[in-house]
Amino acid sequence: MTAPVSLKKVTKRFGDVTALDATDLEVNAGEVFGIVGPSGAGKSTLLRVIDLLEAADEGGISVLGKSADPASKEADQIRLQIGMVHQKPVVLNRSVANNLAYPLMIRGWDQARIQTSVDRELKRLGLEDRRGKNARTLSGGEMQRISFSRTTIFSPKLLLLDEFAANLDPANVALLEGMVREYMDEDPSRATILVTHNLFQAKRMCDKVGLMWGGRFVETTDMEKFFQAPDDERTAAFVKGDLVY
Amino acid sequence: MVLDISYSVIQVTLLSLYVSGCATFLGSAIGIPLGALIGLREFGGKGLLKTVTYTLYGFPPVISGLVIYYLFSRAGPLGSFGILFTPTAMILAETLLVIPLTTGITISSVTEVDRSIKDTIISLGANRRQSVLTVLREAWVGVVMAAMIGFGRCIAEVGAAYMVGGNIQGETQVLTTAIMMETRLGRFDYAVGLGVVLLGVAMAVFLFLRYLQEKEVL
Repeated sequence: MTAPVSLKKVTKRFGDVTALDATDLEVNAGEVFGIVGPSGAGKSTLLRVIDLLEAADEGGISVLGKSADPASKEADQIRLQIGMVHQKPVVLNRSVANNLAYPLMIRGWDQARIQTSVDRELKRLGLEDRRGKNARTLSGGEMQRISFSRTTIFSPKLLLLDEFAANLDPANVALLEGMVREYMDEDPSRATILVTHNLFQAKRMCDKVGLMWGGRFVETTDMEKFFQAPDDERTAAFVKGDLVY
Repeated sequence: MVLDISYSVIQVTLLSLYVSGCATFLGSAIGIPLGALIGLREFGGKGLLKTVTYTLYGFPPVISGLVIYYLFSRAGPLGSFGILFTPTAMILAETLLVIPLTTGITISSVTEVDRSIKDTIISLGANRRQSVLTVLREAWVGVVMAAMIGFGRCIAEVGAAYMVGGNIQGETQVLTTAIMMETRLGRFDYAVGLGVVLLGVAMAVFLFLRYLQEKEVL
């Protein structure tokens, strides 16, 4: 089976700054892959490149078995199978129900099917009584739950989470992490990439973890080895909680 | 006499609404998509194009009237259409005034939509057309504002309407040109009355547009 994400020697520069420096990455089906590392290590840029929002300057990128220029129509097609959730909740200026319906509308689903899916998600989120409220009037936690559900409602093959539970209270974190597990359990061909600063979250959720440093991975390995017996001294220091940057 | 005046006021008011409404519609139909394209795409000369658009906010109505007059006068290149001194010519002249406003305000409005929202729209799978429409929807308040300001410019405009309409009673006379004529004739009471009607009409239209602005319409 083709790996959902395969990056070979990917480089991305912004002017004089090299955000990704010949980065390699392979994420397999069924995996939750965690990316940790200091700020500015290139984690978010990596997710944007995988989501085909940024074009790489060099290297090979295969997402869900395909390669495409981010500005092309092929990229639009690939993106239909990818979901991305950001740290900051992003909701559209419309009702809660219409936020959830948005990705289904643009995929051309019929109204009855959209209605069924939206009703199910609202029930799961416990927001049935808020369906007609403008999503921007809700709390941060509620908005992030809507952002997450809107991203998984169309059953993407690949889920990209960029510090998706940062700044949330433990109850919302637990709820969102549970939703990720449900998403992965529903279909073994799916994969998730989780960028996080929270090492406990990486431990709880990930099958594999990689430490990014200066635009490349210094170590990627199984979660247990990453935390208990890492090969790289920077990983060991990072896991230990030393102030490395 | 009172009935004549009332009838005349109603007719002039309706023509003002018709001309300004059509010009706002046409100017918005051209300016809003154009503004969205300029605001959301990156291309060489974009900065210059924006500067030209913003400069044209002050496009003098008499120049707009002159352009339409020249084009549609009997000796002009489009003279055969025979629309000079008709409401159609007035609509075209006022449309020229509205386009820079709706274009420029739309550029500003879509540019101000947060990058995270634009990225999320694309990330959720929207194609180019869908993402432009969705960003426009996010910039809805500004887009309606563009139409409001365009309408405000039209309903208050006198130079272009006079040049290409001719202020013909019962044919092309609108509120502003009627106020001008009544003032020249020394009928100040009537001119002030028309002024009050003009303000009332403008307020009614703006209230309607404000309602649209605040409502979730899609």
